[in-house]
Amino acid sequence: MQIIKVDSLVKKFGAITAVDGISFEVEENTIFGFLGPNGAGKTTTISILCTLLAPTSGTAYLNGHNCHSESSEVRRSIGIVFQDSSLDKDLTARENLLFHAYLYDVDKAERKKRVDDALAFAELSDRADNLIKTFSGGMKRRLEVARGLIHRPKVLFLDEPTLGLDPQSRSNLWEFITDLPKRHNVTIFMTTHYMEEAEVCDKIAIIDKGRIIASGTPQELKKIVGGDVIYLKTTDNQKAAGQIRELFGVEASEKDGEIFISVLKGEACIPDIIREIGERVLSVRMQRPTLNDVFLKLTGKEIREEYASAGDDIKEAVRSYRRRHDRG
Amino acid sequence: MIEANAVYVIVAREFKKFVRERSRLVSTIARPLVWLFLVGGGMSRLVPTGRGVSYMQFIFPGILGMTILFSSIFSSISIIWDKEFGFMKEILVAPISRFSVVIGKAMSGMLLSTIQSVIILAFFPFLGLRIGPLEIIGIVFVCAVLAFALSSFGIVLASFYESYESFSVIMNFIVMPMFFLSGAMYPVKVMPPVLQYFTKVNPLTFGIDALKHLIFPLEKGPMSPDFPFVIDLLVIVAASVFFVTIGGKAFERKG
Repeated sequence: MQIIKVDSLVKKFGAITAVDGISFEVEENTIFGFLGPNGAGKTTTISILCTLLAPTSGTAYLNGHNCHSESSEVRRSIGIVFQDSSLDKDLTARENLLFHAYLYDVDKAERKKRVDDALAFAELSDRADNLIKTFSGGMKRRLEVARGLIHRPKVLFLDEPTLGLDPQSRSNLWEFITDLPKRHNVTIFMTTHYMEEAEVCDKIAIIDKGRIIASGTPQELKKIVGGDVIYLKTTDNQKAAGQIRELFGVEASEKDGEIFISVLKGEACIPDIIREIGERVLSVRMQRPTLNDVFLKLTGKEIREEYASAGDDIKEAVRSYRRRHDRG
Repeated sequence: MIEANAVYVIVAREFKKFVRERSRLVSTIARPLVWLFLVGGGMSRLVPTGRGVSYMQFIFPGILGMTILFSSIFSSISIIWDKEFGFMKEILVAPISRFSVVIGKAMSGMLLSTIQSVIILAFFPFLGLRIGPLEIIGIVFVCAVLAFALSSFGIVLASFYESYESFSVIMNFIVMPMFFLSGAMYPVKVMPPVLQYFTKVNPLTFGIDALKHLIFPLEKGPMSPDFPFVIDLLVIVAASVFFVTIGGKAFERKG
């Protein structure tokens, strides 16, 4: 079943078009990744799906409800972890979770148990009664994910869930997140601008300047780049390259003292190549295409910091526009 | 629609934080006491009030009003803090009506302000005042209604401001003038006519006036209440309804 259906969605803030006619669908109980640089329109799309913003045009449906006209049904079906922490740092972990349980009208008989379960799930049972201001970034993020699940939502939104975390807590958080669809029967909708993190997604949509420029599984997307690259060093590169072209019918050229070969399944090709030209091989290495390569191929630019900072300008422009017009 | 659970938990959160934050409690109690005993005590020697209430006794209702004003506005302004630190998002994406949020915040302000005004009220024997038990019940009631009105007013203010830098603007240009134009420090009837006009659009004036009726009902001179008791009550009830409605609208607009 398609739990999210978005059709020709547009959102304009004055002269700025943050979301420019995007359409996509998300399958139930999968992890869907929204990938793109800062300012590409990820957070705006999430805000529309979460009923916090009204679209300029187009429609968005979540769990069969219209995200604009049936906001309270949609709100009941979603949990959200925002980019910036939305915990009350002057309350304890348990109090924050209880607050959530009351807000979402969790049955009185179940309230305490769900809060205890969420604390255990976030591995914070021993810190349950400590104030949030004593928590690390990773602990807060885990607690927010657990909080978002207390009312058993159908979809959990994670907006840049690992932003500002150290590598250790980042990988912990990913283990934790990839487990969610199975354990909690929930669909994960996440955004990130870290390409390597999107590998865990079942399906990815790459967004740039408010438009979806590609979508598919991580494997499908990598095929856009053309598969793996094998690098070979041999005693006679020229001769070996000729042999490989002849025997396997693939591109093989020499550069910087190495032969590089583009193939679809690198790990299956290496044994064949070595068997044929074995005696001459000095070293072999293989590189898999990353989603970063995909983005590079599609847009001609890297999704790196210098680019991200250009996106930040757009972000700031949108923020100040909203400050003037929408107020929050 | 109002969700009772949501209102309850919003109030419970503010109450927990209030009890936990001792310094805030101490400072909100200390300010009115400083005004009462240092300003009131000093001025008592300068302001001859004849055989009626002393100046220190006269400002006691005003000081109760001040306690309520500051703590109600402060409580509502916490909405700006919640926005700044992200917690407001947690509330805004929940499946509850905006009006429940406004009612919850107004009731938080009412509860905290009433508690603080009751603490200040407990000092009345030190001022040589005699207040009967019925009057005390009346005073607590008036304090609660006034606190609800001012907290709702604070919510309306908070909806206009995004960042906490605006806090000092609100304090200097709205709260302090409201306090001085309320008949708290000097009777409305002795003010210049222009200023009298301002006092009459200030709900705090009527709240304090109601308290004057309850605290020194027998006073007849220039220090006596300025308006009939019934008018006072009607105005603060009407102000409560008015501001909570406007606050609800202001909040909904941001949907």
